[in-house]
Amino acid sequence: MSVLVYTESENGSFKKTAFEVVSYAKAIATELGTTLTAVSINASNTSQLGVYGADKVLEITNDSLANFDSQAYADAISQAATSQDATVVVLSQTANAKFMAPLVAVNLEAGYVSNVVALPQSITPFKIKHSVYTNKAFSLTQINTPVKIIGLGKNAYGLHETSAAAVSEAFSPTLQQSNTKVISVDKATDKVTIADAEVVVSAGRGLKGPENWGMIEEMATILGAATACSKPVSDMGWRSHGEHVGQTGKPVAATLYIAIGISGAIQHLAGINSSKIKVVINTDPEAPFFKAADYGIVGDAFEIVPQLNEKLKAFKAQNA
Amino acid sequence: MKILVCISHVPDTTSKINFADNDTKFDTNGVNFVINPNDEFGLTRAMWFKEKQGASVHVVNVGGPETEPTLRKALAIGADEAIRIDTPATDGYSVALQLADVAQQGGYDLIIGGRESIDYNGGMVPGMLAKMIGANFVNTCISLEIEGSSATAIREIDGGKETLQTTLPLVIGGQKGLVEESDLRIPNMRGIMQARSKPLHVKQGVEQSPRSQATTFEKPAPRGAVKLVDNVDELIDLLHNEAKVI
Repeated sequence: MSVLVYTESENGSFKKTAFEVVSYAKAIATELGTTLTAVSINASNTSQLGVYGADKVLEITNDSLANFDSQAYADAISQAATSQDATVVVLSQTANAKFMAPLVAVNLEAGYVSNVVALPQSITPFKIKHSVYTNKAFSLTQINTPVKIIGLGKNAYGLHETSAAAVSEAFSPTLQQSNTKVISVDKATDKVTIADAEVVVSAGRGLKGPENWGMIEEMATILGAATACSKPVSDMGWRSHGEHVGQTGKPVAATLYIAIGISGAIQHLAGINSSKIKVVINTDPEAPFFKAADYGIVGDAFEIVPQLNEKLKAFKAQNA
Repeated sequence: MKILVCISHVPDTTSKINFADNDTKFDTNGVNFVINPNDEFGLTRAMWFKEKQGASVHVVNVGGPETEPTLRKALAIGADEAIRIDTPATDGYSVALQLADVAQQGGYDLIIGGRESIDYNGGMVPGMLAKMIGANFVNTCISLEIEGSSATAIREIDGGKETLQTTLPLVIGGQKGLVEESDLRIPNMRGIMQARSKPLHVKQGVEQSPRSQATTFEKPAPRGAVKLVDNVDELIDLLHNEAKVI
C-alpha cells in the first residue's frame, strides 16, 4: 500500500499546483500510515518535492513525453501507481491532469472523484467532499473501489512544508506509439494564465468596448494577475474565449478576484465561487455581484480603475 | 460518417440548487432541464458535419423516462435517431460503461461528449469512454475538422491552445468554440413536428456496480455582507491588512 501523486512540470520546472498536491497527498499518506511517492515527467530539481512531504520520487525522463500526450502520460502514471502498489492516486485539476485522469481511472479500475475540496472525511468507507453544480454545492461521495483517484481543486488545500527529504529513483514505463500528434502550441509565455494566477482581474460589459481594456491589462501587470472577462464580452468578441469565466467558461479559484463592470449573473458567480476574496467595482449598487463579494466600490470604472492603478503602483513600489 | 453525440440532461444554468430527502437528492422542484451546454455545442458541430460533409447523427442519454424531452429537443435540432439507456446515471464510470456498449454496437466514427456536465462537473465520461473502446481522445476541444479518417482538433490548454492531429475513431470532450454561441439552434416548429416521428430507442443498461456514489449534498455556507468602501486607499488597506491578499 502507498499513496502516489503526479507532479506536473512545464519546461522542467514544477508548477505550484504540484507542491499543493504533494502537500495534500502527504496528509492522506499519514492518515493511512504509509509513504508518499511522487512521479515526475522530464522535471529537474525533484528534491523540492521532499520539502512538501514526498518520501520518494519516481523520475521519468523520456523524449517521447516532451509534448503532453494523454494516452502515454496516463500509461506512465498508471504503471508507476502499480509499481508502488498505490491505493490512492492524487492529481491536480490542470487542463492536462483533467485530460488524463479518466484514462488512468480505466487503467487502474479505480473510482475517480474530481474537484475535491478537502481531505477525505473518512477512510473506511472512503468518503470525500467535492464541488458540484459548478460550485453551487458540495457532494460527499463514497468511492467503492480498492484504488481511488482524487483530482484536487486548485487552492483547495494550500502548501504545507515538512522537513523530510525525498529519495529519487529513475522509472522507465513501457509506452506505446501514440495516434495523436501535437502539431503546434499557441501559448503566450509572457502572460499569467487564469489557471495559474493567484490574482485575476476581470471585466464585463460595463467597459463599453474592447478599446477600453488598457486599464485592465495595466492593473493585471501591476498585480502580476491574469485577465479574464464575462460571457457577453467573449460572445461579442471583445476578448478571446479563453478569458471567459463562468459556468460554460473557466472556473477561477484565485486568492483575489477583482470584477470590474460585471453585474454578476448566476452563471458567472458559480464560476468564481471557489475564489477566496472577491472585489467588485460597479456603478449599479443593485448589481447582484455585490451580494457575492467581500469588498465593493459603487462607482464608475472609468474613474476608479485609473485611480486604483496609480495607488496600487505606489503600494507595490513600497511593499516590493 | 456516423456520429454519436452524448447528451446529459441537466438543470439549466439559472437554476437555484436545492436538495431533498435529508440532502441526499437533488430537488427537481421547479427546475427546468436542458441539454448540457457543453454537449449542445458538440451537437451543433455534428449538425454542421451532417449538412456540409454528410453524416448520420445519433444522440444518446443515460437516464430514466424523464430525460426524453431533452432527447426530443436534440432530435428537433436535427439529430436523426435517439437512444435512451434506461438506467439511472449514477457515477461517471457507470455512464461511460453504458455508452461504451452503445458505441461499440453502433460502430461510430466520431463520438462527441461535453468537457463536463454542469451538474456533477465530473469531466470524466468522454475520457473513460474513449479508453474503454480504444478510440483516440481529445479533451476541452474547441475546434474539429475531419477529412477522411483523419482529424485535426484544437484543444484549450492552460493559457493557450494546442493543435492536434489524430485519426478516427475519435472521442472528444467538447465545449464552446466547437461552434459559437450564436450558431446554437432553437428548434423550429417543423423540427419539433419531425422529432415526434423520429426513432427514440429505449435500451436496457448493462449490468454493473457503481464505483462511487454521492451520499449527501450541502450548500456553501452563507457569506457575510459585502464591505462597501468609498475610495481606493481604503480598498488597498483592507486588501493588504484585513484580507492579506496583496
